[in-house]
Amino acid sequence: MSESTVFCTCTHSEKSTKYSEIEKVIELYRDKEGSLIQILHLAQEIYGHLPLELQQFIASSLDIPLSEVSGVITFYSFFSTKPRGEHTIRVCLGTACYVRGGKKIIERLSEILGVGLGETTKDGRFTFEIARCIGACGLAPAMMIDNVVYKQVNVNKLESILAQY
Amino acid sequence: MINLIINGKSCTADENLTILEAARVNGIDIPHLCYLEGIHEFGTCRICVVEVEGAKTLQASCITKVSDGMVIHTNSERVRKARKVLYELLLSDHSKDCLSCKRNQNCELQELGKTLGIEETRFNGARSDYVLDSSVSITRDMSKCILCRRCVTACNDIQGVGVLNAQNRGFQTVVSPAIDLPIGSVNCAYCGQCTVVCPVGALKETDSVQEIWNAINDKNKRVVVQVAPAVRVAIGEEFGYDPGERVTGKLAASLRALGFDDIFDTNFTADLTILEEGTELLTRVKSALTGKGAVLPMITSCSPGWIKYVEHTFPDELDHLSTCKSPHTMMGALVKSYYAKKINVDPKNIYVVSVMPCTAKKTEIKRAEMKNDGHPNVDAVLTTRELAAMIKEAGIIFTELEDSKFDDPLGLSTGAADIFGVTGGVMEAALRTVYELVTGRELPFEGLHVTPIVGLDQVKEASIVIKNPLPYYSFLDGVEIKVAVTSGLKGANQLLKEVASGKSPYHFIEVMGCPGGCITGGGQPRSKDPEVRLKRLRGIYSEDESKVLRKSHENPFVSKLYDEFLGAPNSHKAHELLHTTYVKRGKFNELSNERFTVKGGIQKPKDSVPKDSELSDRNISRDAKVRDDIESIRVLALEAENTRLKSELDDALETVELFRKVLADYTAKHKQIL
Repeated sequence: MSESTVFCTCTHSEKSTKYSEIEKVIELYRDKEGSLIQILHLAQEIYGHLPLELQQFIASSLDIPLSEVSGVITFYSFFSTKPRGEHTIRVCLGTACYVRGGKKIIERLSEILGVGLGETTKDGRFTFEIARCIGACGLAPAMMIDNVVYKQVNVNKLESILAQY
Repeated sequence: MINLIINGKSCTADENLTILEAARVNGIDIPHLCYLEGIHEFGTCRICVVEVEGAKTLQASCITKVSDGMVIHTNSERVRKARKVLYELLLSDHSKDCLSCKRNQNCELQELGKTLGIEETRFNGARSDYVLDSSVSITRDMSKCILCRRCVTACNDIQGVGVLNAQNRGFQTVVSPAIDLPIGSVNCAYCGQCTVVCPVGALKETDSVQEIWNAINDKNKRVVVQVAPAVRVAIGEEFGYDPGERVTGKLAASLRALGFDDIFDTNFTADLTILEEGTELLTRVKSALTGKGAVLPMITSCSPGWIKYVEHTFPDELDHLSTCKSPHTMMGALVKSYYAKKINVDPKNIYVVSVMPCTAKKTEIKRAEMKNDGHPNVDAVLTTRELAAMIKEAGIIFTELEDSKFDDPLGLSTGAADIFGVTGGVMEAALRTVYELVTGRELPFEGLHVTPIVGLDQVKEASIVIKNPLPYYSFLDGVEIKVAVTSGLKGANQLLKEVASGKSPYHFIEVMGCPGGCITGGGQPRSKDPEVRLKRLRGIYSEDESKVLRKSHENPFVSKLYDEFLGAPNSHKAHELLHTTYVKRGKFNELSNERFTVKGGIQKPKDSVPKDSELSDRNISRDAKVRDDIESIRVLALEAENTRLKSELDDALETVELFRKVLADYTAKHKQIL
């Protein structure tokens, strides 16, 4: 898992604080059945992403198989096993956005950012992903950066949008 | 009982049955694939769908319970079509190299295709990126996996190990260890139960057949073979015998016919194990009772799947394990020392093969501890299935073989050794000997069977009070010896949690890694008989009862071995050759560097997806035409969606324009007021 060492700049103590926070979350949900997703959600919020080591920590704290934890993480696109950039770009590829040129946006963005889908830029600023319909079909093609929705994006607007971050 | 109509025929059935079961009771077979009675009943594959009047969609009959007045069609046009489409979709992402597949003509997917009358596969397209992942014991060929998830059930719900689970989503779904870790690098026990339930060739033992042919062909090698107790009541199934039918004589004859030089019996070292393990137990109990302290309960160590499991799951409890090696590695150690000297052959020219009902044994022999004087105790392990395949390949007609015998001196055994192959057997064999050593009397159970620990329950227990022991064992007078027996790793987990918390009341625990013991080990023939476990169990006990000598300490060649070579049980020499140590591994293998990945690890074939150019090369074949049709329908649908969205957008823009006007008007009015 070489990726996990590339961006992780936090010091050892920062890491252990994060782990103890996650431990508290696990304690809170331990006896509630079906709360793995909730725990993973909060753990990702605390730690930023869910690397193998953290998955192992969660699996052994809950006494469930690691393959079950990683099965859930890899099922939901919301979870990430790699470190995430400061901002997350999600280009919608729902039917409407797909039809109205979502793919072109992805091609252009990946040129500008120099990374492929699911990857993070070298400077750690952007994580580049696709989304499956963000509910803005009337504004297609749409994309999101963090919580901001950009409507009717065309490839020429992209650079000026990114410049805001 | 309730009434229902299946295919126009009035039927009755118990109300707790599923449609599939009720139909079977009434003489109708519903084709199914992932359903495995009593094990996997989840409706994953949908092949068993039927039409239920009043229900909107087709119902998976393996999970839908019958109800009063239900009208069911298992063979309507709609059902048949649906089944075929489902089957063809399964095939569309399956490697289909049936002719060169280990499961050829023994494959449930293949058989189903025949039942359904499939003569074409209409859906050809992208194939998921598959992996070939080999460990020493188990090979995963995911190009053949149909995602039925039986192995997930076996690994998680039956064994409680949880190495295999579905990863990723949709087309990318693969049943695998976490984050694509190779199976050789995780906490897999290699029990092989997944390989028994796999309906196709996706999960199987890693092949050892060729290595063994090479050894047999090598003129300079003395090839010694040994057979585990559970093999003799199961291998017959591969040649048309009933489960549990004993074919010991033919088995020995077939090994001779294959060209092995010495045919020995792992049973011999099972007898030896009892003397070593029994002595170890008595020493521990004596220490505990005389205040010197000892680690109790002692736990058996014959099952390498169980050993690997406990090393991963309870690395701090390894002192509870008996230090005895498993019987087949003891045999290997003796063949390359005691027997090598007898026949005056250099141990490096001896090649020991073990025929085992087990996939975990393949990994066991690669452990660093299973070596003496630089020679591995055992060189290769064949599963029961692999040996059957070799016999067939060699053209040996098993059923016509004349019964033969194992060779002396390492081929003679007592009935106590036979029952090593079944849950409760090692314990019973140990009690037969230990009780008699201590009291001078025979074990006080009818037919020497310790009835409370006979049978297929997950956890069994028994106790026996020692009265009037021989003077040397006076410290045991009046002591109630408590024992427990479990088979399957889920039961083992339960007992080990007790041990770890210090609350285990037992002196001695027997654990076998597979549910039922070695008779249903991961290397045994795959059976469709729901009674298979019981039949093989009966076979084992009848083999025991057929023998004159039924207690390990009565084996004359074992006594001779001690006199000539080892000295006494637990002697220095015995410890050197027959005992071992264990490795703390940890749940994520974090405590040890030892891995069992076969060189190369995971392979991802690059050309798994047929290239566009390859596809267009074929002159608009039927397949391509179907694909084009599907594609054009998709395009039409997208275009329609596009038009609809465009008009929606126009509407929205119109509305926005309207609001803008209203707002402008309003602002203008507001300004006027100001």
